[in-house]
Amino acid sequence: MNSQVIRDEVLRALKGIAPEVEGDQLHADRLLREEVDLDSMDWLRFIEALNRSLGIAIPESDYREVETLGKLIAYLERKSQPGVDVSMNRR
Amino acid sequence: MIEFNLPSLGADMDEGTLLEWKIQPGDTIKPGQVIAVVDTAKAAIDVECWHESTVLQLLVDVGAKIPVGTPMALLLEPGEDPHSARRTSSEAPRLIEGENLTDRRPRISPAARRRAVDLGLNLDQLKGHGPKGAVTLEDVEMAAHLTHEPQHEPQHEPDHEQAMRQTIAAAMSRSKREIPHYYLSETIALDKAMSWLQEHNAQSTLQERLLPNVMLLKAVALALREFPQLNGVWLDNAFKPARATDLGVAITLRQGGLVAPVLHQVADSTLTHLMSELASLVERARNGSLRSSELDGAGITVTQLGDQGVDSVLGVIYPPQVALVGFGRISERPWVKDGQLCVVPTVISSLSADHRVSDGHYGARFLSEVRRLMQTPEAL
Repeated sequence: MNSQVIRDEVLRALKGIAPEVEGDQLHADRLLREEVDLDSMDWLRFIEALNRSLGIAIPESDYREVETLGKLIAYLERKSQPGVDVSMNRR
Repeated sequence: MIEFNLPSLGADMDEGTLLEWKIQPGDTIKPGQVIAVVDTAKAAIDVECWHESTVLQLLVDVGAKIPVGTPMALLLEPGEDPHSARRTSSEAPRLIEGENLTDRRPRISPAARRRAVDLGLNLDQLKGHGPKGAVTLEDVEMAAHLTHEPQHEPQHEPDHEQAMRQTIAAAMSRSKREIPHYYLSETIALDKAMSWLQEHNAQSTLQERLLPNVMLLKAVALALREFPQLNGVWLDNAFKPARATDLGVAITLRQGGLVAPVLHQVADSTLTHLMSELASLVERARNGSLRSSELDGAGITVTQLGDQGVDSVLGVIYPPQVALVGFGRISERPWVKDGQLCVVPTVISSLSADHRVSDGHYGARFLSEVRRLMQTPEAL
């Protein structure tokens, strides 16, 4: 999956929870939860939506690695390349 | 013969506008079935019916605004003969406003409203072709085709926003006018709770993951069993204790305002069950499809503002309830344990309670009980 596809899926999942979000107005380097005002329940639903669309279940222990839009997209890109990182398949 | 009345839609809602009937005369109703959709100042509500029955007659027209308790429909009990059951004199239901509501806000079904918001359409400009001019899903799709540039600006009518503010204003002013609040707070160490939770979540599928919120809700519910004077309502100058541990949960709506729907029987539910109930409640509160049974009957409300980053919240009691529990942000803070300074996750809990019903000493023991319960997370 290329980063554009991933970015589109991330924004689609985000819009499902926060319909007012405009993708082009998000900063890649700001904390996503603060920028979009996601509470812990919103965040969990967002992670679930990403799992449904991309098949990647982000464990809680990796939340630090996905806290900004830029980091999240890079993380998902890494995890979506088969064979590169086996540890993601632990669940 | 069963007379189905508009059920209570929460203490601060005394009227509703019928948006849609989901039943017709002759239909059979199963307990818990959604039979109508009613709009209130806060949200469109799915009205459930708990009688197993057959519909004899609908008494209220779509578009009518009626007070809580108004007869909406006549239902036949199983096996009842419609001829002998027919009422001799059917008094017309009391309407607050009659047919012509078009000047107030557009009539729109919840599904259509959601779709319209998704598409960024202005609800005020939608033409309805449903019953009594109500906007249907089809109308929305049609409008979306015709509109080349979706309008992002108003995601909902300003009228609705104003009605929401007025409802909150009325309830909160009444609270501060009538309820002599006292406030307590206590910092709770969550080191055991958070490590239990992390371990649980690491071993669970995404769908089984828990949030700390549900552990705190469960602890509050269990503590209420020991401290029943905080769970109930103040009515007619007397305290009426609640029978169950039904907790109102304050949910912030993205477009502004808040609702506090009810999680039922919290003390008797597993954390997993509470988690899925809470997730569903939050989702439905935000897209406007709460059920009537979820709006009434809470004996206390819990508010968790921690996600917004505040350390603590001292809340305003939601009348006629007599207490409100608040939790701030779960955060790592310095803590002294066995004479040693260490850093552990903690949360500042608070209690706002009605001094007519309980005293500070009682409230303090309640918060201590919540703290004690959070030290044995596996027992929650």
